[in-house]
Amino acid sequence: MSTSTELGVLPARLPARFSFIRARDFPLIPLLILGIIAFVAVFADVLAPYDPEIGSLSARFHPPFWQAKGHIDHLLGTDHLGRDVLSRLIFGARVSMVVGFTAVIFAGVVGTTLGIISGYLGGWVDQLIMRVTDAWLALPALTFAIFLAAIVGPSEMNIVIILALVYWTRYARIVRGEVLSLKEREFVRLAIVAGCSKMTIMRRHILPNVVNSAIVLASLMLGVVIVAEASLSFLGIGVPPPKPAWGVMLSDGKQGLMVGYWWLTVLPGCCIMLMVLSANLLGDWLRVKLDPQLRQL
Amino acid sequence: MSNSTLSSVSSESRRPFALVANRPLLELRNLSTHYVSAQGTRVVRAVDDVTLSIDPGKTLGIVGESGSGKSTLALTILRVLPPAARIVSGQMLFEGEDLVRKSDAEMRQIRGKRIAMILQDPMASLNPLFTVGDQIAEMMRVHEGTARATAWRRAIDLLKSVRIASPHTRVTQHPHEMSGGMRQRIVGAIGISCEPRLLIADEPTTSLDLTIQAQYLNLLRDLQREHGLGLIFITHNLGIVAKMCDQLAVMYAGRVVESGPVSRIFNAPAHPYTAALLNSIPRMGANRQRLTAIDGQPPNLASLPGGCAFAPRCPQAFDRCRMEAPPSIALGDGQTARCWLAPAMAGTATRTGVQ
Amino acid sequence: MKQYIVKRCGYSLLSLFLLSLTIFFFVRVTGDPATLLAEPGASEADIAKIHHQFGLDRPLVVQYALFMFKLAQGDLGQSFYYQTPVFELYFSRLPNSLLLAVVAMTFSLLVGIPSGILAAVRVGTFWDSAGKLFALLGLSLPSFFVGLLMILFFTVYLGWLPSSGSGTPLHLVMPAFALGWYFAAAHMRLTRSSMLEVLGSEYIKLARLKGLPQALVIGKHALKNALIPVLTLAGINLVLMINVAVVVETVFAWPGVGRLLYEGVSFRDFPVVQGVVILGGCMIVGVNLLVDIVYALIDPRIRLEA
Repeated sequence: MSTSTELGVLPARLPARFSFIRARDFPLIPLLILGIIAFVAVFADVLAPYDPEIGSLSARFHPPFWQAKGHIDHLLGTDHLGRDVLSRLIFGARVSMVVGFTAVIFAGVVGTTLGIISGYLGGWVDQLIMRVTDAWLALPALTFAIFLAAIVGPSEMNIVIILALVYWTRYARIVRGEVLSLKEREFVRLAIVAGCSKMTIMRRHILPNVVNSAIVLASLMLGVVIVAEASLSFLGIGVPPPKPAWGVMLSDGKQGLMVGYWWLTVLPGCCIMLMVLSANLLGDWLRVKLDPQLRQL
Repeated sequence: MSNSTLSSVSSESRRPFALVANRPLLELRNLSTHYVSAQGTRVVRAVDDVTLSIDPGKTLGIVGESGSGKSTLALTILRVLPPAARIVSGQMLFEGEDLVRKSDAEMRQIRGKRIAMILQDPMASLNPLFTVGDQIAEMMRVHEGTARATAWRRAIDLLKSVRIASPHTRVTQHPHEMSGGMRQRIVGAIGISCEPRLLIADEPTTSLDLTIQAQYLNLLRDLQREHGLGLIFITHNLGIVAKMCDQLAVMYAGRVVESGPVSRIFNAPAHPYTAALLNSIPRMGANRQRLTAIDGQPPNLASLPGGCAFAPRCPQAFDRCRMEAPPSIALGDGQTARCWLAPAMAGTATRTGVQ
Repeated sequence: MKQYIVKRCGYSLLSLFLLSLTIFFFVRVTGDPATLLAEPGASEADIAKIHHQFGLDRPLVVQYALFMFKLAQGDLGQSFYYQTPVFELYFSRLPNSLLLAVVAMTFSLLVGIPSGILAAVRVGTFWDSAGKLFALLGLSLPSFFVGLLMILFFTVYLGWLPSSGSGTPLHLVMPAFALGWYFAAAHMRLTRSSMLEVLGSEYIKLARLKGLPQALVIGKHALKNALIPVLTLAGINLVLMINVAVVVETVFAWPGVGRLLYEGVSFRDFPVVQGVVILGGCMIVGVNLLVDIVYALIDPRIRLEA
């Protein structure tokens, strides 16, 4: 039925620019949540009531203020070292944001570049890059990351490098596929006939056409990377304590879990969940908006 | 009055053959099927005010460009429509019963059993995971409660009747082990397995090569003769229509723009669109005039112009065509056309009134 | 056909070769591997001894050949902490991992397939939206958080289930749920999309045109076709589960290979870490190869493409 395919189109009554914000499927809430987390991350120094790394042992395991033994001084309670949970959550947002975004961007730049080179040049370069990609994709991401972390040891910078090393292959695979089909298109052939160098064609003609896919993939990877960082931190090989990463807080929270100090687990866990959920919703939306062909991801 | 009608209906059903002979097998009256988008903002009139009838044992050809509503019409008759489509008005009288008013359960018993359909793609319309025997026997088991062994034997007989060699081995094979022509014949066998009264064939030969096409058409005709089948033949090939059909309906933008006996329409088309279609087929031996293509694009059903839908492409369109859609005009001998010029084009035909 | 299988095997071997090269390379490029291979707190002399013992004073090519030679014999070195060969250690833990993975897989299929079918058959309705929400939560909730939440409820508040360890079926419930949760969502998504694709096919249209009851159309004609990709993924995922259970096994102290990896990391027992990663990679390359070959045997079209 060729007629049925034309249906889902909305009437073009909305003003063209920014009209997408009013569309029914616009992910306003996820964007707001990510915006708030970003805001908190930037202004953590101003917003946090306490130093996140220093606590007082006399104020250990305070519950949040609304509970019976809670105290208004520590709105969301304190942990096993008497550190303020709210302040740690606020600084934890910074860690997640910084690690998440830089790792996704690093991986994206490396993967997109290698994907373009591989797809456009073809031949042995393509074979080499793709075989490495295949081999690396065979390792479960988390296992690979743990292995690398075990070698280089924990630090925030190392985590970013590790996650970029683990995840660039995803971009390379997708981007290469796109480049292979772009290569056959008229405008690329024209550029070849016009005598553009390979470098110019890749930079000026191929790259702009794969950027959409890379962005969609990046938004989908953001959630994955944040969970990976939290997992590594939880296992004690990610962001090194006493730095307040949410994964580290969950790991610390285990100590109070069996006696029912729920806030040490539930609160950082919810922060991770909210951020990942928002990133995934945003990614899904971008995927449909920017690149309908990518639905299979 | 109403009492006498009722009694005549019941006497008809007691002596089916004698009286039913002059009652059409299937009669569509002012049938409309629309696609409605999820927000309800857009309506596509895929089938619009269609009135047609087919007699028992006869063949009705339906021609038109892709997107003209032919396939939707077929699916409407069997009420197997995509979720977005609705039958919005009209009647479908099949052996005197209105299919539009049937419940889903009643409709299910009619499908396959009394009205069967052959889809256009033989490669895709058989389930790859089950043997062809299973797929033929299944329908008899469901509709007639046939025992497994009996149904299986009949499946073999059916394969024989659609001229498949060594049916005993073929019956246990899977679709991918067979050629396209063979698969289409199997789909045909499924179609006739419950001895339906009406068979709808939706472009059954488009994906077959020419020699196989001819074989298949002969097969269909033989089956029709043997079983007294009414046949609705959907195609875009007027050559096939000339060979196969008694009656012809030409669809354009969801409407039947012309219908009537094949011989009459071929000799004296009363609608410019039909005339253009006939002009676009090469004829052997005939005067070597240039073949004409139809200018312009097929219409977008979601935004049809006011007036006659064909007007933008019609060489003979005049002001009235763009203002007012012509009704179906009866031209005698069962020919009708939706064109203001129909009476003039049909030549000797006189305008006998508006249907 | 034979050609295709040989070619696929070749690719798999190449993948394994590149994997081993990667692992070898990373260990050597990031510093002195002797510090990794030495027990924590080893003296200068100890490290020098290790240099000689592992041939680290020889050229890189020779070192790699030696590494591969030992690997081919199943020699992954000795665990510092357990003082047993890594190979043995791994295979003593594998049955536990397999048990957990099988139970988690069963759970994920029991949840994922029916909900995926429901969402596809009732596409665009409440059930479809509920399914989407479930899939989103499944993919967004990290397994360790699910695990900790479950401990909080079922152990701390309700006292129904043991929080850690192994031995009884009750010990399996929470780890299997936490591990299967993500996969249930993934299986639901795939079942839904695969079912939708099948439901739009011509043979389902024909099945409807044949007047078959809805139950037969869905349960026989659609389901069998729709489940093929789901079960393929499930096969691959089973192997993946064994290898990504690190976090869940750590939370619940489940003695599988994931836990072994965690122990390797926390005790700085490098041969264990390296061994678990290499064996995990081999397992996944192997299962991918297997799936490709089985598919080629089933579906003649794939054979032709190759």
